[in-house]
Amino acid sequence: MKRLELIGVRAERAEKTVLDGMDATFHGGRLTVVIGPNGAGKSTLLDVAAGLLNPASGRVELDGADIGTLSLRQLAQRRAYLPQSPRVDWAISVERVVALGITARLPAFGGLPEAWKPKIDLALQRLDLLHLRERPATRLSGGELARVMLARATVADPEILIVDEPTAGLDPRHALDAGERLRALARAGCGVVVALHDLDLAARIADDVIAIKDGRIVAQGRADDILNEAVLREVYDVRARVSRDTDGLSIRFLP
Amino acid sequence: MSRWLLPGLLAVLALLSAVSLLAGTVWFTPADALAALRNPHGDLLQLVITEVRLPRLALAILVGAILGLSGAVLQGLLRNPLAEPGLLGVSSGASLGAVIALYYGFAAAFTLATPLFALVGALSTISVALLLSRTGGTLSLILTGVAVSTIAGAGLSLALNLAPNPYAAYEIMTWLMGSLNDRSWDHVLLATPFILAGGFLLFLTAPALDALTLGERQAESLGVDLKRLRLLALLGTALGVGAATAVTGTILFVGLISPHLVRPLVRHQPGAVLLPSALVGAIIVLAADIATRLLRFGPDVKLGVFISVIGAPFFLWLVLHLRKTSP
Repeated sequence: MKRLELIGVRAERAEKTVLDGMDATFHGGRLTVVIGPNGAGKSTLLDVAAGLLNPASGRVELDGADIGTLSLRQLAQRRAYLPQSPRVDWAISVERVVALGITARLPAFGGLPEAWKPKIDLALQRLDLLHLRERPATRLSGGELARVMLARATVADPEILIVDEPTAGLDPRHALDAGERLRALARAGCGVVVALHDLDLAARIADDVIAIKDGRIVAQGRADDILNEAVLREVYDVRARVSRDTDGLSIRFLP
Repeated sequence: MSRWLLPGLLAVLALLSAVSLLAGTVWFTPADALAALRNPHGDLLQLVITEVRLPRLALAILVGAILGLSGAVLQGLLRNPLAEPGLLGVSSGASLGAVIALYYGFAAAFTLATPLFALVGALSTISVALLLSRTGGTLSLILTGVAVSTIAGAGLSLALNLAPNPYAAYEIMTWLMGSLNDRSWDHVLLATPFILAGGFLLFLTAPALDALTLGERQAESLGVDLKRLRLLALLGTALGVGAATAVTGTILFVGLISPHLVRPLVRHQPGAVLLPSALVGAIIVLAADIATRLLRFGPDVKLGVFISVIGAPFFLWLVLHLRKTSP
């Protein structure tokens, strides 16, 4: 993928306008973080970008082609999506969960084609899951489940990966780890779009930032240009102090 | 899937089928049975095999299989281990249709009136449930199914209440209990096309059910068309279970229990549960049918009642067990 573009998108949920007049561009090989307060429309923006919610007006283009013209299956072969707090309902093994990532490339009947097995091994290895491959996915810790889901989302090498709050419920070590892995994917050429509440992590991993509020874009651009006191104050309605030291950017909100 | 699971289940099914042909009020030797199968127009004893036990065997397998299959699909679709075909109003719709046929005397006019009316009843209730829940999600589907099912149940009670004579009420009650007694090849011919068509639609859901393990959002992002999946599952259930209920009456619990018995053996993969669950359903109904023929406590115990007596305690165990293991 070269780019994914939202053009004049207005989106509704339950007949209420959640996004309005949204123009945004995501680039391949870059990691874009979407920030904004609760209810700003971050998840809706991600859903529209993922092609899971049709915009009421406007369109979404993947390399210049309207994604509305792609079938669910075609789209699933090119982009991966992880919702907030993903869960597994049956006690299937970790390996099976990861294998579900290639659902859109499987024939309608029959088991897993041999050709995919090395891919699954690779995904498991990349996320340090080899020792867990036979474990039922319902018996994993939060950090392990997050890694399994990431392996699931990346097993088929998507061109674009859209992730909603991957660090929700993770301790600092696992949150940093998840961030690093997303960074690595972007370095490898994947377009990564992440909604995040953790701004320190956002500052650490983002190439680009889109700041939204009340369904509209407040600012978008390179992370260094967006994560400043003026923009943050406008987005969150709280005074913010941004300081930079040898460890990078650190953001503090003041009452 | 364990390599021995399907051959094992098929072997058990074959064994029970043989027993089903030989056992009953009149016992046959395997040689008698083979002779009857080779020469269908033989003496009276041979007719017992070809015209009584063989259609009964065919129905037991077909009905049990579609109940087990539908239960497995619905549990996967609704991601709920307590789902079963009756939940969506198929059984009560079929019962209402049958009761209308019995009540207004259509059943007396021609033999197949009861199953035909039952089939129409099943298809109507599930269409209503499907139409009303078109815009909503899974929960709305369950609740609509329960509501439609309740309405059909109310109609049923009303029919019993207003029954013109005790005999009509008795006939309705007997039909509701579910049985394979006195079923002929006509019943098999009526139900088979619907059960096969329904079964085919249900088997198509397997890959989507696997993806649905991750929830509806992720399944959709993996390319699963949820609307199509719901339509396949409900239409398949309506056709298959509708036809099954139409010829045998209400048989509960088979659809609930069968998937649970095989799930650990296929490592909990919802798509892989379907085929073994269908076989287990057939085994349960066939075994229960043989048991009702052999165990005699005065009046004969109806198949549906027998399965309920065994199935209800299992259901209770399941609820307690799930409470322990689910988060």
